[in-house]
Amino acid sequence: MPSIRQLRRRIRGVQNTRQITRAMELVASSRLRRAQERVLASRPYAERIRAVISNLAAVSGAQELHPLLQVRPVSHAALILFTTSRGLCGSLNSNMVRAVVRFILDRGVSVDIIAVGTKGPALLRSVGLSGSVSAQYQDLGNYPNVADILPIARSTVDGFTTAEYDEVYVGFSQFVNLMRQEPTLTRILPIVPDALDPAEVSAFHRVDYIYEPGPDAVLSTLLPRFIEAQVYRALLESIASEHSARMIAMRNATENAEEILQDLTLTYNKVRQTAITNEVIEIATAAKAIAGA
Amino acid sequence: MASLRLEIITAERIVLTAEAVGSVRVPASEGIVGILPRHAPLMTTLAPGELIMRKGEEEESFFVTGGFLEVRDNHVAVLADASERAEEIDVDRAEEARRRAEEALKEKREGAELAAAEAAMRRALIRLRLAQRARGRRGASRAQ
Repeated sequence: MPSIRQLRRRIRGVQNTRQITRAMELVASSRLRRAQERVLASRPYAERIRAVISNLAAVSGAQELHPLLQVRPVSHAALILFTTSRGLCGSLNSNMVRAVVRFILDRGVSVDIIAVGTKGPALLRSVGLSGSVSAQYQDLGNYPNVADILPIARSTVDGFTTAEYDEVYVGFSQFVNLMRQEPTLTRILPIVPDALDPAEVSAFHRVDYIYEPGPDAVLSTLLPRFIEAQVYRALLESIASEHSARMIAMRNATENAEEILQDLTLTYNKVRQTAITNEVIEIATAAKAIAGA
Repeated sequence: MASLRLEIITAERIVLTAEAVGSVRVPASEGIVGILPRHAPLMTTLAPGELIMRKGEEEESFFVTGGFLEVRDNHVAVLADASERAEEIDVDRAEEARRRAEEALKEKREGAELAAAEAAMRRALIRLRLAQRARGRRGASRAQ
């Protein structure tokens, strides 16, 4: 049996922990709300650009012309990997890295990883894949804007046009709902306009646009922006995932702390009770002894 | 009477959606374009500048830069790299950007860097002009 003093100290410790995890849960949930709003706000732009690109690519017959639409045999790929820089978010990062490892093994080509957030590279190091991390960007904070991802997007676009990479992917935890964050790997380069809903494309085809300065010039403006929009979205999704994963992890931690607290309180009361009983017995025996003498 | 629906969208947010718009003036890369209801389908790239929306007797001014414009079925969609209402422009930040661009130009960099500095300068100047005008207008209406 632990002593009363030890128990009291343990109880106080667990109470403190519970307070911290509860606060972290609240912080994560309020950040999550903001992050979700930002994900939603970024959607219309990406969707519109996507629709216009598929239409343009069909009209201008630019598939062969524009460098960002060129499909080449793949010998070297790049992966922009979004992970968190802070821990305490459950299995979010390890799930993501597991998906990346599987992807690298399946793909069978050399993959350069451009990492955003520090947990990804750390986990890759632990599975012996740190050599594939070619660049590392610092954490972009909870509320990044498009300007923050521009250098990342541009360097990969450059890498693709100079044929350093034949394919570019983004890897991020997609925010499905509060309980589920799906590790996702999407190819962003080369851009394949056919990946679009056929009904949507044909509705567009009926419109005869006037293009200024010309279809190819408009396409050249749009394609890099499409890439940027996708990278930006990946970042926003992974931020939303981080906060939801942390919120759930902290909620579980709070609940566990409560359970432990209950157990401890019970033991504490028992120990206290025993101590009191013992004392009473001692006094009673002593009193009897005196009376008998 | 036909009217336009105007949307200004950036990657970060929807800046504006407006119905019953009479006309829109947009800084396209080939020059300023005026759009009235029943305009032919148009797709054009944008230059940094001022977008003016006319709705009845009222005019509203927006800063836009980069991106493109799509007109179809009386629906005008502006997809800009950055956009804000003239009243929303942060004058201090625009002034700061102008100073930075000025310094970059003084250093006489070359090629892409020079072009970037010039473009930044142009954007900052337009922002400042719009912001000052928006302030002037607010001041004038208060005086009435």
